[in-house]
Amino acid sequence: MTSSLTAEGLGKRYGATWALRDCDLQLPTGAVIALVGPNGAGKSTLLQLAAGLVRPTTGAVRLFDEQLPAGSREALAQLGFVAQDHPLYPRFRVKELLRMGAELNVTWDGQVAADRVVQLGIPPDRRVGALSGGEQAQVALTLALAKRPRLLILDEPVASLDPLARREFMQMLMATVADGNLTVLLSSHNVAELERVCDHLVVIAAGRVQLAGDIDSLIEAHSVLTGPNTHVPGGPNVIHVNRGDRQAHVVARTFGAEPMPGWQPHPVGLEELVLAYLRRARSDDQTSEAGLSA
Amino acid sequence: MFVFRLESASGVPPYLQLVHQVRQAVLLGYLRTGDRLPLIREAVEQLAINPNTVSKAYRQLEQEGVVSAKPGVGTFIADAPPTPIPPARYATLRRGLEKWLTSAQEAGVDDEAVAALFAIVRREFAEAGAA
Repeated sequence: MTSSLTAEGLGKRYGATWALRDCDLQLPTGAVIALVGPNGAGKSTLLQLAAGLVRPTTGAVRLFDEQLPAGSREALAQLGFVAQDHPLYPRFRVKELLRMGAELNVTWDGQVAADRVVQLGIPPDRRVGALSGGEQAQVALTLALAKRPRLLILDEPVASLDPLARREFMQMLMATVADGNLTVLLSSHNVAELERVCDHLVVIAAGRVQLAGDIDSLIEAHSVLTGPNTHVPGGPNVIHVNRGDRQAHVVARTFGAEPMPGWQPHPVGLEELVLAYLRRARSDDQTSEAGLSA
Repeated sequence: MFVFRLESASGVPPYLQLVHQVRQAVLLGYLRTGDRLPLIREAVEQLAINPNTVSKAYRQLEQEGVVSAKPGVGTFIADAPPTPIPPARYATLRRGLEKWLTSAQEAGVDDEAVAALFAIVRREFAEAGAA
């Protein structure tokens, strides 16, 4: 597998708090990778470490098969990053932003960027502050793509957009992925929306990676088992148990194997799978805190 | 051009939704032998969907013999049935099934029992036909 991002023993501590720790990841080239987790889970920290905006406390992130250290000049030249809420200079005109991009970057496809702005129906003379939220997001994405990055990192790219603007943003992003030579790493809360866009998943909670892999393989490796409340299975492959009066639903790693007799297997949905891992992380977290205070 | 749709909350994986839609359109005669499916990039722009999902759906359809891929040209319907089911006939069949499901539900037969019953009857029907 060729890798666009490799993290080894990666950790970041702010004061006494670990925002991210013990993170080992390998993200495949050409994939669209979803980074999912609750607020404060460490998503933005991981993205900022990958973009070289903050330095790790432990371990390292390297980009591409060349294993370029994150934040190095070579890595930055081939990386696009759009921060949360797509910060742009509001007093700049759109064409001035494009010129700024051309002046500040080694590789810059100005023609494609200018064409795209026209295609989006955005007047190049308009000031950025006068654009709608959706248009600002499109301009930020256009700037990031004009660099022709091999890896594009997007922090909550559509969180502030209305449904139509979300769809248009994703259309532009996916069309660019279809043209090839681009890996996308994006964070989001909205699992249902990610399902159509992403083929690789990283679930992060309480500063740790809980689950990572190809989405179709993860779905195949897990099932929901429904059976009697009296004989609920345990062990490390049981991710989450939802108990009723007599019945229990268990999200478990089954690797496609035959389930125990008396238990009915069902395919697991992506959202159900993500929630199971997030719930397990939360109960682990509470258990360890209880252990510390005892 | 053939137009896909995608339902986010259906629980059916996106690539399977595409597979089902092509199969159904072939069955109903909306897609005929030799028709070209949207290019991967076209489908991606229609749906704002991951290109790998579209290629996965097309690969599965190719394995099933529904389509054949001509590299660099496109993906074409290979094997449409000679006489597709007319839409009115399809609608009648569908209504019949809905009516049957309603009576099953009224009798307290749950989804799993319905699926089991359907599988049993279909097998017996096939065996009777073969005999």
